[in-house]
Amino acid sequence: MQIIESPEVYDVVIVGSGAGGGMASKILSEGGLNVAILEAGPMFDPRDDTDRTQLRPPWESPRRGASSYRAFGDFDSAYGGWDIEGEPYTHKAGTEFDWYRSHMVGGRTNHWGRISLRFGPKDFKRKDQDGLGDNWPIGYEDVKPYYDKVDKLIGVFGTKEDFPNEPNGYFLPPPKPRLHELYYIKGANKANVPVIPSRLSILTKKINSKRGVCFYCGQCSRGCMASADFSSGTCLIFPAQEAGNQVKLFTNAMARQVVVDKNGKATGVSYINKDDRQEYVIQGKTIVLAASACSSARILLNSKSSTFPNGLGNGSGTLGRYLHDSTGASRMAFVPDLMNRKMYNEDGTGGMHVYTPWWLDNKKLDFPRGYHLEVWGGLGMPSYGFGFNATELNKYAGGVVGGYGNKLREDVKRFYGATMGISGRGESVPQYDNYCEIDPTVVDEWGIPVLRFHYKWTEHERTQAKHMHETFESIFDAMGAQVLGEKPGEDSDYGLLAPGRIIHEVGTTRMGTDPNTSVVNQYMQLHEADNVFVVDGGPFVSQADKNPTWTILALSWRTSDYILDQINKQNI
Amino acid sequence: MDRRESLKSLFVGTVAGGLALNGCTPEAPDTETKPLVEGKGYGRTEKEKIRDQKLHEEEFLVASELETLAILCDIILPPTAEFGSATDAGVPEFIAFMAKDIPRYQTPLRGGLMWLDNRSNAKFGLYFKACSVDQQIELVEEIAYPEEQPSALAPGIAFFSLIRNLTLTGYYTTEMGFKELGYIGNTPGVWDGVPDEVLKDHGMSYDPKWIKRCVDQSKRNDVAAWDEEGNLIT
Repeated sequence: MQIIESPEVYDVVIVGSGAGGGMASKILSEGGLNVAILEAGPMFDPRDDTDRTQLRPPWESPRRGASSYRAFGDFDSAYGGWDIEGEPYTHKAGTEFDWYRSHMVGGRTNHWGRISLRFGPKDFKRKDQDGLGDNWPIGYEDVKPYYDKVDKLIGVFGTKEDFPNEPNGYFLPPPKPRLHELYYIKGANKANVPVIPSRLSILTKKINSKRGVCFYCGQCSRGCMASADFSSGTCLIFPAQEAGNQVKLFTNAMARQVVVDKNGKATGVSYINKDDRQEYVIQGKTIVLAASACSSARILLNSKSSTFPNGLGNGSGTLGRYLHDSTGASRMAFVPDLMNRKMYNEDGTGGMHVYTPWWLDNKKLDFPRGYHLEVWGGLGMPSYGFGFNATELNKYAGGVVGGYGNKLREDVKRFYGATMGISGRGESVPQYDNYCEIDPTVVDEWGIPVLRFHYKWTEHERTQAKHMHETFESIFDAMGAQVLGEKPGEDSDYGLLAPGRIIHEVGTTRMGTDPNTSVVNQYMQLHEADNVFVVDGGPFVSQADKNPTWTILALSWRTSDYILDQINKQNI
Repeated sequence: MDRRESLKSLFVGTVAGGLALNGCTPEAPDTETKPLVEGKGYGRTEKEKIRDQKLHEEEFLVASELETLAILCDIILPPTAEFGSATDAGVPEFIAFMAKDIPRYQTPLRGGLMWLDNRSNAKFGLYFKACSVDQQIELVEEIAYPEEQPSALAPGIAFFSLIRNLTLTGYYTTEMGFKELGYIGNTPGVWDGVPDEVLKDHGMSYDPKWIKRCVDQSKRNDVAAWDEEGNLIT
């Protein structure tokens, strides 16, 4: 097959259009650079009615929104999931890792939970506190100016709390709590667990003339036609294009590798056009990888040349290593006080209105690193799965389990909105031995060698999950709620979800000052190639218990400023 | 075509194989097979459109099975003075679709229907759908509730539980179901907290310190601005 090379040489070629790639495209194009973005999936714009799933009732889907094809259901705006036809990945025996990908313009920012938490000062220096893992080469003070700018540009609601290790920001006002959230606050207070307004990148107030204000449909996971929540397309890429900046989007363009010349300098990216199945090379003076932690690692590992026989940026052998995801566990409960609810529109924003940041001191606990608590419940819109096991709650409410007819109708209405749940999302300890590498024998349908994963949780994560469940029960007990299901024990890792399930995977191209133990420097520039950068979650040295998006955005902006500066100084 | 009509056409437009299985006389076959639910533009990708189309064209449950299923669905949710029955809400068509969309349902559904006919034959010498209403209720009563210890009825109980789940989901995800539940969301609006009378009913109140910092909905369209300490000033 002949590889088709584009004649045009872009100032920057960005691979990936999610949070990191979107931010880089905006800042670099505003800096006057001619930018090309390669995106592995199709165009997606939630303002366009053909892509819209927002406000569609369940009956518009023949499966009523079931998750038989899309992992989070028909109306969720992620094209992809943990399993994508034609794009497999493999595992080393006895280990597990579930790899979530969303191939579309905006990537996973279209469907994410909009939880927008800054890392705190402690989150950048974990080794100093517990001796595990490594410190970041930068600290909160380096990132703070960028967090401030991201807050103001994109918008996040929340409150200044002066809460330890949960920095204040430039917040929009939060929405009022829902009823089950008031029950949560009451129970948590009794159980000595703090609760504060949540911090979500949803516009409760106007932030500029281009974007609308939240109209409270509770469906941020579907993408917003009013651009009232953050997604990379609606808030970064499209505005940059609409302002007349040079941002060219190549969709259905699946990157294979970074192309280097005989001196080892990166000159472009080769990719498969999924529409004609031909291979192309797009030329760029600077290459920015933002394909997601594992995809960027895969591209670099596959970028083998005589200069870089083990892949580009892999001189240290750490490329792909230190892969880590957040920990996760959940529990549900039945709240008898929430039976027979009066009906009103309780959709609210597309996420929780209150949450619990990490509040304990690990020195007094038998595990390192913390977790935050997310709360869910309420009078949500019915979709596939509604009414399943509807009569079970009679066990606790004194009614009859099972049955049919009018009794059943009464049960459904009696218990509607009477259950809620708490999820813990915590910080794991990055391990050298948790990694992705190239599977030597398997390729995907584009002929690109695939990733093979090796990942095992340690006692740190299991003990943390055990503690999460103890917290769930103490809060539910204090609420007068009936905890549902069995408390998971040691045999099931205390309910700890498989790595990859929380979709916060980071660490594969980690940042450091020593080229022997890290892939990129503090500006996320490859130690081995001056004009190649990684702006997704790959460079994270450690993933706090916070969701990574806000930090990806801040760091991508910081790197973009650095790139502009280096180009001005003719260093790259 | 209303829901009943479409259900009837579904019974007619099926392959004879399934009918032979039950020893019935097939009616004149209707060759026209139209998708029960038109593939609406609900934000599908090209791959998804093709998958949906294929599912609509396939057939799994056959006419005689759907007849029995419809009877069960309407025993589970019969009509009320205000609201229609499960078949009025198109539940059997929905279950027929789900059996194609999630193939792991296929054997439990088909086998469960066979189990029910077997039980019905043993008790009354008739297939379930040929039984009188009283006989049908008697058969359903046996399997509508969980047992302390699994008996010979356990497969029927598991089957009925599956049908009950799918019937409830199929019913309450329709306009009719929304109306019965009283669900009034999924529409642009302004959330300004739990209504006062609901708070009162629950003995709850908003903490004034908390609520003071929440959004003032009258200023939602004023562009946000902050002082240097990050305090909102608009």
